[in-house]
Amino acid sequence: MPSLGADMRAATLVEWYVQPGSHVKHGDVVADVETDKGVIEIEIFEDGEIEQILVQPGQRVPVGTVLATFRGEGAAVMPAPPPSAAPAPGAVQVAEQQPVRAAPTLPTGKAVRASPLARRLAAEHGIDLNLVQGTGPHGAIERADIERAAAARKAAESPPVTPVVEPTPAEAAAAPPVAPAPPAAEKPAVTEFQEGMRRAIAAAMARSNREIPHYYLETRIDMSHALRWLEGENARRSVAQRLLPVVLLIKAVARALGDVPELNGYWIDDRHQPQEGIHIGFAISLRQGGLIAPALHHADLKSLDELMEAMRDLITRVRAGRLRGSEMSDATITLTSLGDMGVETVYGVIYPPQVALVGFGKIREQPWVENGMLGIRPVLTATLAGDHRATDGHRGARFLDALNHYLQEADQL
Amino acid sequence: MTTAQIKEAVLRGLGQIAPEADLGSLAPRANIRETLDIDSFDFLNFLVGLNQALGVEIPESDYDQLTTLDDIVGYLSAHIG
Repeated sequence: MPSLGADMRAATLVEWYVQPGSHVKHGDVVADVETDKGVIEIEIFEDGEIEQILVQPGQRVPVGTVLATFRGEGAAVMPAPPPSAAPAPGAVQVAEQQPVRAAPTLPTGKAVRASPLARRLAAEHGIDLNLVQGTGPHGAIERADIERAAAARKAAESPPVTPVVEPTPAEAAAAPPVAPAPPAAEKPAVTEFQEGMRRAIAAAMARSNREIPHYYLETRIDMSHALRWLEGENARRSVAQRLLPVVLLIKAVARALGDVPELNGYWIDDRHQPQEGIHIGFAISLRQGGLIAPALHHADLKSLDELMEAMRDLITRVRAGRLRGSEMSDATITLTSLGDMGVETVYGVIYPPQVALVGFGKIREQPWVENGMLGIRPVLTATLAGDHRATDGHRGARFLDALNHYLQEADQL
Repeated sequence: MTTAQIKEAVLRGLGQIAPEADLGSLAPRANIRETLDIDSFDFLNFLVGLNQALGVEIPESDYDQLTTLDDIVGYLSAHIG
């Protein structure tokens, strides 16, 4: 079970897309796991063949557990998939400690599309997702479909089957027993998701505040050039092709990180580990509450249109609960933009093990003095929260200066 | 297309973006972005949806005329051929 973020301790295997003997390629999605932040697709990072499945759907296991064994092409047997982020401290390979459970039949390989909420409700009601007709986008199963299925079964008065998800003995001892869900399961299910999300955020942010000595820098950026360029660009585009200002900000951050690479990376094992790839974690709030900051991979190498498309894809999948593991764990820095809420200045809390967070407020008209003249400009307040173990204020200041520079030349982004 | 049909299309679009909202109780003169917690990404998607449903191409410079449900329905009524 790979670590999909500093806040992840364990997750439930939801579904396998491979079986023993399956050939897999780098980047293939081999399984879905359900974390506190929703259902995440687990990718494999080498070509090879699946040998043995060790964790069955419904089992909840800690980070570091071997999910399956896998033979790389021309290589010895190795666990798969390798964790792509720093493993949680104390994570151990504990597959053999898990209780053996009657193995459900292996999946046929047909992917069931369902929202996290639908999966949870289905588990609570003991409904087999394979038997539910989805009415969502691309046939995805949604809450209403599960409720319909549950109501239909209730009408037929058949006894409920055992829920798929059972706590392990260790968890059962640690956690208070959960009361059976009442028939109208909507509210408890949502609350449970929100609770899990809050716990995940609490763990990461408490660790950040405990371990990371933050420093904060703030600068005001004149956005008139950037917005004028964007306005001209959008005027030529149909509504579906338009760019949002935040895309300029993402690209400018990526370019500035190229100039100040120390801010792009991690602090792990008492050591600063700058990363080569610039993968910007873009903070996305969820309508039901909570927050996910999945990675926009190689943001510095993408054009503005590609970034807009990537962001659209990411937000859409965040809201549908279809993120991939690499997106959860790869971010090398986080960007949070709260301008839509009217906030002027963001003082961010760094997401460990990253070493910096860039915050943007609302672009608003403000008095601006330049060359002895007072004018009115659209002004953006950009902040940097930096990890003082990894960098000093001087480098941080250099970053904000570079960010400003790139936003003055938006047409070059 | 009647005003009622336009309003229905607008409410359908808002429902896709804010599925948890009770649109029946949405005040016609409330700021929809504040009331329904619609960010700029959602708002753009809403306009893309309106564009597909009604064929209206809304220029960015007109966005500030689209604050309330009444505004939006009025704007669309005036711009649908």
